Parts: sequence; C-alpha cells; structure tokens
Amino acid sequence: MKVVLKNLTKKFPGAGRNKNDSVIAVNNFNFEIPDGKLVGLLGPSGCGKSTALNMICGLLKPTEGKIFFGDEDVTNTEPEDRGVGMVFQNYALYPHLNVRQNILFPLQNFKGKDKLSKEEMLKRTDEAARLVQIESLMDRKPSELSGGQQQRVAIARALVKRPKVLLLDEPLSNLDARLRLQTREKIRNIQTATGITTIFVTHDQEEAMSICDVIVVMNHGIIQQIGKPQEVYDNPLNLFVAKFLGTPPVNVFKGKIRNGSLYIGEANVLGGISMPDRDVYIGIRPEGFLADKDGPLECSLERIQIMGRDVTVVASHKEAVDTVRAVMASDNDLLGEKSDKYIRFSIKPKKVYLFDRKSEERLKF
Amino acid sequence: MKRHNITGWIYLLPAILFLGAFMVYPLIDVFIYSFEEGYNFTSQTFGGIGFYNYSYILRDPYFLQAIKNTFILVIITVPVSTGLALLISLGLSSIKKLKKFYQTVYFLPYVTNTLAVGLVFMILFKKTAYSDGLINMLIGMFGAEPIDFIDGPYWAKMLVLCIYTVWVVMPFKILVLTSALASVDENYYKAAKVDGTSKLRIFTKITVPMISPIIFYLVVTGFIGAFKAYSDVVALFGTDLNAAEMNTIVGYIYDMLYGNSGGYPSYASAAAIILFIIVLTITVINLMISKKHIYY
Repeated sequence: MKVVLKNLTKKFPGAGRNKNDSVIAVNNFNFEIPDGKLVGLLGPSGCGKSTALNMICGLLKPTEGKIFFGDEDVTNTEPEDRGVGMVFQNYALYPHLNVRQNILFPLQNFKGKDKLSKEEMLKRTDEAARLVQIESLMDRKPSELSGGQQQRVAIARALVKRPKVLLLDEPLSNLDARLRLQTREKIRNIQTATGITTIFVTHDQEEAMSICDVIVVMNHGIIQQIGKPQEVYDNPLNLFVAKFLGTPPVNVFKGKIRNGSLYIGEANVLGGISMPDRDVYIGIRPEGFLADKDGPLECSLERIQIMGRDVTVVASHKEAVDTVRAVMASDNDLLGEKSDKYIRFSIKPKKVYLFDRKSEERLKF
Repeated sequence: MKRHNITGWIYLLPAILFLGAFMVYPLIDVFIYSFEEGYNFTSQTFGGIGFYNYSYILRDPYFLQAIKNTFILVIITVPVSTGLALLISLGLSSIKKLKKFYQTVYFLPYVTNTLAVGLVFMILFKKTAYSDGLINMLIGMFGAEPIDFIDGPYWAKMLVLCIYTVWVVMPFKILVLTSALASVDENYYKAAKVDGTSKLRIFTKITVPMISPIIFYLVVTGFIGAFKAYSDVVALFGTDLNAAEMNTIVGYIYDMLYGNSGGYPSYASAAAIILFIIVLTITVINLMISKKHIYY
C-alpha cells in the first residue's frame, strides 16, 4: 500500500499567554511512499516528524492537506479504520496483561464480519510472536521483559492485525547502543519478510541511513530532502542536510571563491571552480581530508583519537565554524610527519560542498 | 551495624512512647475491659472474668439494630459512592471547559462541616409543621404522598442516611480518582485507539486495571470509614439514636460509655472489640480478593 501525502500541514494553536503564536509543526508536506518500502522520517527533535507520523496514523487531524493510502483518501478516517499498526516510543504495552494477551488485544477488538474465532486469534498471535521471536515469553508480563523484548512485543502487537502500513515512533530510542544495532536489523528483517509499507521516525541519522530505503530529512516542519540514504549523504541540497547526516558531522568553513579558486582564509584549497567571485560556506566531510605535508590547508592540531580501524584528527582553524574533525585510515603514513602543533591537509574534491552564505542552499561547482 | 540500630530506635522513641501510651495501651485495656464482668465505674472493681459482656450485647436488641444499620450503610454506600465517584471523575477528566469549576463544586462537601451539611439535609428532607421539605415538594409534584424522612419509616431514614453518607464521602474519592485517571499514560489510550478498541473496552480493560490499586485503596478505606459512621447519623437524627432505630456500632459504643444509658465501659469495650474483629475480617477479605485482581 503506497502512502501519499498532499500539502499536508498541521498548525497547533498557541495556548494561554502565547495565544497568538500558532506553531506550524508540519508545513506543506508532499511526498509519496512507495508500496513495501521502509521510509525514515529524520530530523532533530521538534522538527515535526512525530506530528507527521501521528497524522498518517490518524491520531491527529491535519489542518490542511490530504493523506491517501493507495487511492483511498483517509484524511478523515478514524485510526482504527485506516488499517495501520503503530509502535509507540515507550511501547505502551499494557502492564497488567501478559505478552499473549497484549498481542491478542487488537484482534479482540474486531467486530461484525471481521470477528475471528478464538483458534484463529491464537493462531495469528503465535504467528506474530514467531515473526519477532518471542514465542518463549508469551506468559510473561511486560515488566518481566528486557527493553528489546518489550520492543518486539510492541511490534508483534502492531503486526498481528495485518496492517497495511506500519508506523514506528522512535522505536529504538529506549534501547542501549548494542541492542539498538541488533533491533534495527531485526526491524529491517521483519519489514522485508512482511513487505508492509513502514514509516519510521528517528532523530538518529545513523539508524535511518542504515536500514531505510528512503529517508526524509526534516527541519522546522519543512521537508529538506527526500532520497535514498547514500544519495542524500553524497548530495545534500543544503547546509542543514549536510550537517545533519554523517558522524562526525561535516566540517563547515567560511570560505570564498576568487578567480576560479576556493580559498579558506589565505589558503587556496581547490582550483577549477567555474563560478564568479563570492563568499560561501564550505562543507568538507570528515573523510574528505588527507594528511599531506604539502597540503594547502593548515590546521592547529588538538589531538588524535585512535579508534582502531580509523583515526580521527581533531583540529581547529580560525575560519572553521566548529572544531575540525578529519577521519582517515589508521595506516595513513603521512600522519607520522605532522608536527606537534600543526597538521596539513589536502582535500578530496568529491567530498567538498559549497553553500550560499545567506540561503545556505547548495551551490554546484 | 549495632550502633545504627540504636540510633534508629532513638529516632523512633518519641513516636513509640506516644503511640504506646495513647494507642497500644488503651487498645490492650479495651481488650481487658471487655472480659471484666460486672465492672463498676465508680469503685473500679469487677466481679469476674468471662464472656458475659459479649453475650449480653449480642443479645441486646439495640446492638443488633446498630449492627444491622451499620452493615446496610456499608454495603450500600461503599459501592455506590465509589462507582459514582468513578463516573464523575471520568466525566471530569474528559471535559476541558469549566473543568476547574466542576472540580471545585464536587470538592465542596469535603471542606464543609458535617453538622452544617446535616442542617442542609434537614431542610431538604425534614417534615415540619410549616413545610414538608424540599424533596417532599418534588415528589409531591408527581402526585406521591409526602414521606417523613427524618422521623418516618425505617427505609426512608436509611435512604436519607445513605444519600447523605455517599454525598459526604464522594469528594475525596473524586479527588483521588481524578488524579489517578490523569496519571494513566496517554499512550495506552492512543495505542487502544489505533487498534479500534471500543470505549467500554478501553474503560474495563485499560482504565480500570490501571487505576485498580487506587480503587482498592478507596474501597478499603471506604469500608473502614463506613463501619465507623457516627457523626453523620447524629447530624441527621440527633443523639437519641436508639429511639430512632438509627444507631450505629460506634454510636452504641458511645451510648454505653456516656449516653443516657451509659456508664458501662465493659459493654462498650466488648462492642468495640466486635467492631474491630468485623473491620479486620472485611479488610483481610479485601486484601485476599485484591491479590487476585489488582495488577502491580
């Protein structure tokens, strides 16, 4: 089932003292989620991603715009009639029911011709439990489960009624780092196995990039960019997207173009730029630096973090907006030739992005 | 470790002394009194030890009437007041406009003096030479005969007492239940809504289990409070409760001590011990039931 959002907007009216300041949580969303794909809504907290999810779910009514499931307009359909399954951030498992009763709960709500026989219900419950591998925990209460197990029960509960669309609200944020890695793989596997169109909200770019078919990067209620994770990473449309994707984040310098060359301070870091003279922001991915004793960019060296497989050079530069972080393979011989105070880099042109100083839009060169 | 123990005991000492002197000692004393036969109040002497006091009050028609009244009061008012309080709290938590106003209205009886409330009930129900009371005027509009609720038939008096008790105990229950309802995580309701759960099912399968510890607390304290009813009865029917057939167990104990027929601490003690046993039994039964039905 594909999901289409058309001009979707949600305004929250101000309350009390801020009566006149309404907040636009979601601003004119237009996108189509293809059938059977895993889509990540990605953005910093407060960007409207959960609001968007709640509107798709039906828990919130949009101020403007329409939502389609397939060809059907569901904008004014109640959540229970949309055929969605939802996994909440804190899982919302009923604490007084055991795992089996929790998973059964949605099935017991079916009325009229949809009503299932008891055997059928139990069969489907077991099916869902098997899918998320919690068959051995069926008689436990949620409080007797670990976070990861609770998470899987919540997914089973969302899947048991065979929804057309599965919605996950920050599903991994309550798990510890190791479990998060396992669980996100699990979510991907379950999604692939069931083929259910899945929308998942996260503020963790790594999470979104690792499992999503498509990511939607949002900020202040506005879609910044939609695309396959790698495409968005390699080709950010603006400074926000470039900064938001990737750890360590992209390094931003104040720079300028003079006579077809790119300058950071007085250093000519890149030539062959076909653009008139102007001031720009320069974004350089951490992996875009090469330690090079003849390199054009000189930074003050702060420290070197050795993380095994690769090395992070932490440095500073007076034109840099933040600390400079360069990641390179630990066998980069040239690292040894640095002085104690300075390190020189050359730059990989492919990892350099230019942005307008004012609009922060990407400039192609 | 040992030093810590001593410090702990020293901290507890004032409380232990006071409770010992004013709670534990009287309790033991009451227990002893209840077995002292033919106790003389003035000479502080007694004839012998035995169960005579118990057998006397258990044959006393006033005591049996008091037990009957108390039980009727408990059995009617505890479920009715808790149920009504739950409905009103549900209503209160689902409205937005005037919520504070209604909360205040429902809480008013709690801060109103029992006797003042009793007076209001007199105006509502009492039949005097000049008026039949407000309620009689209302039922008169449907063509029914006026009923004397205060000095009339037993069922009418019991009805007034039950309404009065329910009205007096409800505010606290509403207060507690409203905050209990507000503390239920909203995500449960959202999850239930996404799953298409009906309102009734949400109430019985989610809301009630979630607040069941609070409901249980209200029922237990409600039972204990209703078993100890006395001031409400006085406010409505005056102090000569035996004559009005409206005495309660605590009223009987008081009468045995200080009332017109008073001066019998042994009988009063025996009645108090019986009340204690009843309350203890009911509370234990409550606890046993709750073990099966309370989650957490």
